[in-house]
Amino acid sequence: MAQVTRSPKTYDVCIIGSGASGGTAAKILTEGGLSVVMLEAGPPLNPEKDFKEHVWPYQLPHRGVGVGGKAADNFGEFLAPNGAWEIEGEPYTVASGSRFRWFRSRIVGGRTNHWGRIALRFAPVDFKSRSTDGMGDDWPITYEDVAPYYDKIESYIGVFGTKENVSSAPDGVFMPPPKPRCTENIIKKACDKIGVICIPSRLAVITQPHNGRAACHYCGQCGRGCISASNFSSSQVMIPYAEKTGRFTLVTGAMAREIVVGKSGKAEAVSYIDKATRTEKKVFAKAFVVGASACESARLLLNSKSSQFPDGLANSSGVIGRYLTDSVGGSGGGVFPQLTKMPAHNHDGVGGMHMYMPWWKFDRKNDFLRGYHIEFGGGRSMPGVGDFHALCEYTEGYGSSLKQRCRASYGTYIGFAGRGEMIPNEHSYCEIDLNTVDEWGIPVLRFHWQWSDNEIKMAKDMQETFRTITEAAGGTYYSRATPDGPNPYGIEDGGVIIHELGCVRMGSNPKTSALNGYCQAHDVKNLFVTDAASFVSNPDKNPTLTIMALTWRASDYLMDEAKKGNL
Amino acid sequence: MASFGLLDGRGEEGEPVTSKLSRRDVLKSLAMSAAATSVLRVIPAHAAEYAHHMIAAEKAAAPAKGYTPKFFRAHDYKTLQTLCQTIFPADADSGGAIEAGAPEFIDLLTSENQDYQRILGGGIMWLDNTCSDRYDKVYLDCSPEQQKETLDKIAYRKNAAGDAFLSQGVEFFSFLRNMTADGFFTSEIGIKYLGYIGSTYLTEFPGCPPVSET
Repeated sequence: MAQVTRSPKTYDVCIIGSGASGGTAAKILTEGGLSVVMLEAGPPLNPEKDFKEHVWPYQLPHRGVGVGGKAADNFGEFLAPNGAWEIEGEPYTVASGSRFRWFRSRIVGGRTNHWGRIALRFAPVDFKSRSTDGMGDDWPITYEDVAPYYDKIESYIGVFGTKENVSSAPDGVFMPPPKPRCTENIIKKACDKIGVICIPSRLAVITQPHNGRAACHYCGQCGRGCISASNFSSSQVMIPYAEKTGRFTLVTGAMAREIVVGKSGKAEAVSYIDKATRTEKKVFAKAFVVGASACESARLLLNSKSSQFPDGLANSSGVIGRYLTDSVGGSGGGVFPQLTKMPAHNHDGVGGMHMYMPWWKFDRKNDFLRGYHIEFGGGRSMPGVGDFHALCEYTEGYGSSLKQRCRASYGTYIGFAGRGEMIPNEHSYCEIDLNTVDEWGIPVLRFHWQWSDNEIKMAKDMQETFRTITEAAGGTYYSRATPDGPNPYGIEDGGVIIHELGCVRMGSNPKTSALNGYCQAHDVKNLFVTDAASFVSNPDKNPTLTIMALTWRASDYLMDEAKKGNL
Repeated sequence: MASFGLLDGRGEEGEPVTSKLSRRDVLKSLAMSAAATSVLRVIPAHAAEYAHHMIAAEKAAAPAKGYTPKFFRAHDYKTLQTLCQTIFPADADSGGAIEAGAPEFIDLLTSENQDYQRILGGGIMWLDNTCSDRYDKVYLDCSPEQQKETLDKIAYRKNAAGDAFLSQGVEFFSFLRNMTADGFFTSEIGIKYLGYIGSTYLTEFPGCPPVSET
């Protein structure tokens, strides 16, 4: 390796990763007066140029599926840049017998550029798993510890919703929700009939002007990135505010390789690969905030070996890489005859569901522990590649009659997606693959994955519920799920829901956890891991809102400790 | 937020009013509604022009008249066009797959994907071979009745149940039908045919229009 270039100055804090966690830390810490340098493994983002909002499929020669149709596997060309299941030159491996996929975004803002904007609070019970049902572990913190930070983050980013007083889905600070679509009216009515709670969803989309951001204009294209920043992304709603302080340095194309520890046992620098020059550089700081995404953060710590930390930085407990979970995912859908009679109308709304079903069976004994929520959508959305394959394959034929059947079917489908809680198990984890490095010479992760019976039973319950709701609404249910095979009852492979988390979990006991309740490493006081790696459990709530709340809380704590001279 | 009166999304005929406004106009009004103190660099004027530039550049790169297939030989491309138009023909309500640009879309993707090359390139040869065996003519030279007889066989899976040879044609036709649907329904005329209304700028989402429950 050529001579290592070191940063000319020592920053107060070095943040690794620019997504939900890194962006939040950058804003809070710089506004708190600290100098911050951020390393991002991907390129800078230019929303005006990179977002394909309001582009029609026919305006792109590949109609949205990319070269050779291959972007379809990565959610298409329209997706805000840039995310992929496979990154050239940066592989991961999966142990034989395991099925796991890892979706990564290398770009400023990370996955917040295109995430689903679903912003759900964890419930009080979610922090007390073991006390509640004897499985998993309790968090070292409670809902009451996090609630003020849920308030702060919701107030800042803007989340719509309604106060409902459902114990599994705590209310927050909400803007008014958009009106329901026709599809949502139909499902809501069916849910009321069968006793499933169906309420306005909670999405980080602003329905009123907020902090200089324009209100949503209801084009339904949040996943493409929003040119008016009317939904939340770190790249538009966090990073620019850090930059405004004048205390923020963003280094893009910087692939963190190792956090270096000094003689004192504290972290003192990050060695990273400058991708443009393929040279190693070093940046020095007084404290470090790791928010590279759960598995990437674990990888960085495991690769940061030293005489003081032979098993990886802050890993005296040996838990790093362990307790890897993803949401339990299942799906299906129905065709609803009443939708065939709908007049043509604008059905776009926000880029996501206007209503959803929080976990509703919390008041009874079920075949499985924990719960799931249901997302749903469909109707007269912008046509895209693949939308008519199922109908064509089902009805076959050709000619004018096929064309008419396609038109008659348009907008009549509503899809359901369940998102449930997986209980951590000893067979699901990641570790360094000793045989494989990426193109930067950095050892890669190998994943091990296994669902337990609890998750399979949950997936079965999802299928039954989707069918019950569909039929209660007068529809016909379709699903590819079968009881057998590698994906029993349609349970998705690990990682596919892109809620992978755990791996550097927090806890009150340093022997069984890597971090304390403030995301601070037990072993290394000036090291914080603030992304979803820190989670103790993976409740049926999408993790992003909690990532940001925990990061804000950790950032406040970091500043307090720094003032006291404890770091 | 300043309301931009026109942008309620629908005119008298159910057409989006915003289609009469340029993207630039709309973005300008959105930008003006954002607070002056915002640090967001959202929506400078060139944002509005990005999509249009991109599209203009692609059109400029295309040959002025006609289309030169990137993958299919001239004869095979003509067969492809004919098949696409037979799958989604022009009728009283709209143009067909050719008017929708489906053959160009299929040719482009096929030129970049070896699986597609095998399925579609091989499939068209299979079709010509089969027609030659049966009628002593390639597909394009067959009479309309002969073409229909051939397609009626490969357009339905059940026909291949007792005929392993036919199943190759069925797989080909099913794949082509899907891609033709993709090309047709993502085109301007296909989207209009379906009656999709949206990708516009609304100050408020109107919800579900009144509809009879019967």
